[in-house]
Amino acid sequence: MSTNDPMLDVRNVSIRFGGVSALTDVSFYVNRNEIFSLIGPNGAGKTSMLNCISGRYKPQQGEILFKGEHLLPRSINDRAHLGIGRTFQNLAVFSHMSVIDNIMVGLHHKLKNNFLTGMFYWVGGAQKEEAEARLKVEDIIDFLEIQHVRNESAGSLSYGLRKRVELARAIAIGPELLLLDEPMAGMNLEEKEDMARYILELNEQFGITVVMIEHDMAVVVDISDRVAVLDFGEKIAEGRPEEVMADERVKTAYLGVEESAEAREDA
Amino acid sequence: MGHVPNPRPAGDFRTSYIDDASLFKTRFEGRAAVAIVVALAVAAPFLSNYMLSQMILIGIYSIAALGLNILVGITGQISLGHGAFFGFGAFASAWIVNSFGIPAIIAIPLAGVLTTAIGMIFGVPAARIKGLYLAIATLASQFILEDFFARADWFSGGVYGSLAARPSIFGFALDTDLRYFFLVLFWTVVSVVAVTNLLRSRDGRALVAVRDHYLSAEIMGVNLTKYRILSFGISSFFAGLAGALFGHYLEFVSVEGFTILLSIQFLAMIIIGGLGSVYGTILGVIFVLLLPQVMEMAATSAADLVPALASGKAYIKEMSVGAAIILFLIFEPEGLIHRWRVIRASWKLFPFAR
Repeated sequence: MSTNDPMLDVRNVSIRFGGVSALTDVSFYVNRNEIFSLIGPNGAGKTSMLNCISGRYKPQQGEILFKGEHLLPRSINDRAHLGIGRTFQNLAVFSHMSVIDNIMVGLHHKLKNNFLTGMFYWVGGAQKEEAEARLKVEDIIDFLEIQHVRNESAGSLSYGLRKRVELARAIAIGPELLLLDEPMAGMNLEEKEDMARYILELNEQFGITVVMIEHDMAVVVDISDRVAVLDFGEKIAEGRPEEVMADERVKTAYLGVEESAEAREDA
Repeated sequence: MGHVPNPRPAGDFRTSYIDDASLFKTRFEGRAAVAIVVALAVAAPFLSNYMLSQMILIGIYSIAALGLNILVGITGQISLGHGAFFGFGAFASAWIVNSFGIPAIIAIPLAGVLTTAIGMIFGVPAARIKGLYLAIATLASQFILEDFFARADWFSGGVYGSLAARPSIFGFALDTDLRYFFLVLFWTVVSVVAVTNLLRSRDGRALVAVRDHYLSAEIMGVNLTKYRILSFGISSFFAGLAGALFGHYLEFVSVEGFTILLSIQFLAMIIIGGLGSVYGTILGVIFVLLLPQVMEMAATSAADLVPALASGKAYIKEMSVGAAIILFLIFEPEGLIHRWRVIRASWKLFPFAR
């Protein structure tokens, strides 16, 4: 694969649930090291698209290539190995685990100790490996500035912090591609700014490619390199944020359009 | 159920990641655990036979209930067949000793391994179904195994049951309750340490992740099917180990002992003790084993006071056991271990909290 090939290539993906067509013939690509946003009104199929990439849904048609490799036949838990991490729209932290343990689960596919060496802890090398893993976890904790809650149970944290823990867990996977489902939903302005900063830093410093669903247009325009717009399961536009925002179909479908002066006169 | 935010008192600082993940969360916990084990070992020779037999039973049931807690409390699955796995361990150990002449002391853990295999086979439905449906599927394992015990003469001796001689170590026979107590104590400590270790390593975390949010666990690279079945396997190992210890303790294994009542009793132990808690399990076992005896005493003294009650003594006992469990579930739904955590927190914050 050459470096010019897209990191993620979604080709003609269609998925139906019963009679409802959630996605119809959607294609787009995401370049390496890009921040790519999927936008569209509620029910447009954005999360369905993310679920197809992360393996929760199997599309009836189409294919998805990740680094030139077919993604659809792979199992969901394989995707952590391949380097795809994701966060969920609704909070999906392990609420009864500590923040540290939540992030440690992200290292699951990298750790070697199993239930036997785990039970013998001191003799099978599990202790050493766990301590080394903890060091990596602490780096992520420092990066996301959640030191003060590292020993709390994740379920007891505020909404914004839980979102951050979820992001931390997804980073721990060591992803090349990070799928973020509404990372800023329900946050106040300050938390949104922090989150935008983390996403930019992940992208610029760690070279992580980001595919993000977000409703806050200001954020989308500010940090995305490219944007695709879905409406009723169809892609209606794709391109640089400012181009997409100027597109008439996008205005009509998503942002709502002001009645033109002539239309008002006609009425 | 799960993580308890920093229980350490002021001044107990951990300065390395290895220390931070130590076996005991506080120094007190560590010292208390060692003190209890040492005290039990030292006091054992002075205990009455009755007390000793209670201790042995508490140890054996603790190992089995600990196994069930891995399945129910840690992984969030359910099993109504744990009593049958316990029984399978007892028969398997007797069978290994009687058919292959392997010493009982080795047959006991081997029986655990055999039960692991059986548990994983009966755990396969867990790959697909959850909750009440899984409960019914495991109920089938209870009845299939019970039937198997009654019919498989080659394995269990059928309706006649099988003999399970007391084990010996290097010619030293564990033929008294006191000697057997030390074997049970050894396996109880090993089991408690093993499960605590499991919970602070990779696979233990994966099991909790499967319980808390299986969708994101899968995204994190946890193979759900593998861990759901593995959980049945680990849980059955402890059931089998405990069953084998039980069989060799009674020196005779018969079919009647391993009914669904036993399975439900194991569930009661972990619910009362605290789901997902290692020490809670032991508290739950003590509670469930001793409550009927305490109630027996209470009913007897009540009957002494009010002679009219004497004829209904047995009923009063049974009803008060039931009532105690119900009251417990209403007022302490998170189990005995939660009560202990509340007490510990109030000590830590004294005099600023009650």
